[in-house]
Amino acid sequence: MRAERGSGRRTIRTDYLARVEGEGAMYVEIEGDVVRDVRLRIYEPPRFFEAMLRGRAFTEAPDVTSRICGICPIAYQMSAVRAMEDACGVAIDSGPIRDLRRLIYCGEWIESHGLHVYLLHAPDFLGYPGFVEMAREHPQIAEQGLQMKKAGNTVMTLVGGREIHPVNVRVGGFYRAPRSRELDVLIEPLQRARETALETVRWTAGLPFPDVRRHPELVALEDPGDDYPLDLGRIVSDGGLDIDASEFDAHVVEEHVEHSNALHARIRARGSYLTGPLARYNLAFARLRPVAQQAARDAGLGATCHNPFQSIVVRAVELVQACDEALAIISRYEPPDAPAVACHPRRAVGHGATEAPRGMLYHRYEIDDDGTILAATIVPPTSQNQLTIEEDLRAVVQEHVGLPDEQLRLRCEQAVRNHDPCISCATHFLDLTVSRR
Amino acid sequence: MRGDDAAGLEVVRRLTDLNGQSGIDVLAHEGEGVTLLELWDGAGAVVLVDSVRSGATPGTIVRIDARAAPLPAELRESSSHATGVAQAIELARALGRLPATVVVYGIEGVAYRLGGPLSEPVRAAVGPVAEAVRHEALALVRVIHRPAATTEEH
Repeated sequence: MRAERGSGRRTIRTDYLARVEGEGAMYVEIEGDVVRDVRLRIYEPPRFFEAMLRGRAFTEAPDVTSRICGICPIAYQMSAVRAMEDACGVAIDSGPIRDLRRLIYCGEWIESHGLHVYLLHAPDFLGYPGFVEMAREHPQIAEQGLQMKKAGNTVMTLVGGREIHPVNVRVGGFYRAPRSRELDVLIEPLQRARETALETVRWTAGLPFPDVRRHPELVALEDPGDDYPLDLGRIVSDGGLDIDASEFDAHVVEEHVEHSNALHARIRARGSYLTGPLARYNLAFARLRPVAQQAARDAGLGATCHNPFQSIVVRAVELVQACDEALAIISRYEPPDAPAVACHPRRAVGHGATEAPRGMLYHRYEIDDDGTILAATIVPPTSQNQLTIEEDLRAVVQEHVGLPDEQLRLRCEQAVRNHDPCISCATHFLDLTVSRR
Repeated sequence: MRGDDAAGLEVVRRLTDLNGQSGIDVLAHEGEGVTLLELWDGAGAVVLVDSVRSGATPGTIVRIDARAAPLPAELRESSSHATGVAQAIELARALGRLPATVVVYGIEGVAYRLGGPLSEPVRAAVGPVAEAVRHEALALVRVIHRPAATTEEH
């Protein structure tokens, strides 16, 4: 970071924003005591993968798109298979294949939330510049994060074939379905992870939070049954949105803005919105498993939460949810007759939306009769949340405009981290500049 | 997938014959850095290979004893992951989970375009690094007489 003063103008710059997945850029301009501009900038061509998919077989989409992010490959695979199955006229909405999908997705949530809660977000509240410094004085928190990540990785490795960029997921299901007894090895680590998560809900609820309330439109999937938003369902919001994934394009527009290579998504009729843990929690609290609901209530969180700084508590609740649901799936699991349902391509357009740990991930594919991909559109959660993050940032800067630059910078970083943005999905490389005049 | 970021992977491809020899594991590591702690759990020695960006001439090879001191600040990792090799090493050091020997080989990268190939200078450095790692791993095995791990980060 560097600060420049002179002619009434002050500029603060950091080379990158640490502890955000991937890297990107953030620019804040202040004139006097008024915030003039806040921009989340993104440099890297985000449409590389969409272009790369054109001309490839429809069966390749899950594996190719899983490469977009090392933190949430399952989300990319799940949205891809949902979209391709939709194009093929296949719906896997229940049964053991869906159970396995939710199980591996729970593994990814545990792994991703485990990284964010303990190693990326906790240092903000405990006053450390990073998790290494935090680990020197609070080794148990770092160890809990590693334990949680390991539990999630174990699930992903067993169901997905390997922990990063799993190879067992395919359009129609899996290449191989595990036998019931194979899943038994997951029980003990998941039980321990659930206990750790319950403890984590308690301690995160006791962290010092600024008194902030934000009310962006909240968007999440609504499961057709009673399940918490994860692998399928209609797209709903507290602003009246209630659409099928196939209607996403009609209601959400992606716009190019000058300061970013990523496209900013907004609801056509209204504007910015938020997906992710806070949206899921507020829209689907009643669908949380009883142990997760109880943990939230015991921690004093209530059925709604509109403070983005408390997203760390909500993620801890979702850790309880993911561990408990994974255990429930394992207890009832019977292998499918076949590991995959046959999917025959036809000329069609398919849509898929699922809940990545950090928010909803939408895929749209147009395929030919022989299954060749003609067009691909991928709208990652960070693109959808970007405007809301900027609005959060503007409010945080305005509220703390009198803080010294370094403290203001940390507040800004924390405000961005509240939403766990995956800049590597939306794009890459982040600088932070605060300009004061 | 990302040009010179794959330098470590290319080195590992040349060392697969070492796998299982005298307790050596040759592993390609993907994803973010802190999962390295799980990979090297129980290993007596670890040799890591990764691409680096320090401003040196592309293809420059560095060898660092990471047990002795943190990685140099200028050796900024090119990794796009949430946590990198340097952070994983320091986290392990803070938690008392750093193996007795940790050696890092870095290859100075220059091209990290998404979908791009290895640059020529990095490609030229892959063979010498693979041979250096091979010799080092075999020597470590002889010294410590217990399993060693060779891990790659890209």
